[in-house]
Amino acid sequence: MTEKKDVKAQGSSALSEGGAGERPIRMPVDIFEDEGGITVLADMPGVSRERLDVQIDNNTLSIQGRTEVTMPAGMEALYADVRSTLYQRSFALSSELDGGKADASLKDGVLALRIPKREEHKARKIEVRTA
Amino acid sequence: MFRSLSNFDGGLFDEFRRLERDMEQLFGSGPWPNGIRSVARGTYPPINIGSTPEQVDVYLFAAGLNTESLDISIQKNLLTIDGERRLITEEGATYFRRERFDDAFHRIVSLPDDVDPEKVDASYRDGVLRITIQRREAARPRQIEVK
Repeated sequence: MTEKKDVKAQGSSALSEGGAGERPIRMPVDIFEDEGGITVLADMPGVSRERLDVQIDNNTLSIQGRTEVTMPAGMEALYADVRSTLYQRSFALSSELDGGKADASLKDGVLALRIPKREEHKARKIEVRTA
Repeated sequence: MFRSLSNFDGGLFDEFRRLERDMEQLFGSGPWPNGIRSVARGTYPPINIGSTPEQVDVYLFAAGLNTESLDISIQKNLLTIDGERRLITEEGATYFRRERFDDAFHRIVSLPDDVDPEKVDASYRDGVLRITIQRREAARPRQIEVK
């Protein structure tokens, strides 16, 4: 089962450009679970909506993005903490999560991804009746 | 594209700096001196600095920043950036990973000597804070016409 979320970029070719030896940045993430599902928050500064690619395929969540920062022509680097333009990280999902209903949003370089649990897996409170 | 800022082609010197950085990451600080304001790898937020004859650009990679928390000041060629990024903890949720930065930050950047502290401009887009400082006219290369 292959899911391409609506945040998909113009195709993976747009993301695979650049030097073959470029080591991707493993961006920091927060992951938390509540009753309804799992939320993933990822810091991807410099990535616009068009250059973000989130895919859920065979229970694997892959997040990829490329930074695009406008700068003047002929600029020379004086110092660089960030040496790659590619963010990449993937996670294995468990089967109770419904990848098909995942929802992603991007604001100020923070990706927020919500993957709900399948209905049948949501915890149900069982009422105890008194006889 | 940002590529030209992340790909150094400055020859041996940059190659040496890269090596130094890699060594530092592997073995901790080496016997060689570090830049007085150089910081440990992983300091938040990561910074890239680029220059042209007209200006110096400082890029801070700080996603989800509240720009009102920022305090940017410049004295001569020293640029100071203070700010904070506080995350909201989801009540009642179980956290599996908490890797994102959640604190106040402070960075000082030493710029080339010819920057003009009166001409600074800052903007924030897609989680990148860009601070542009113009260089003084006199420092720019001048074309001399031969009559």
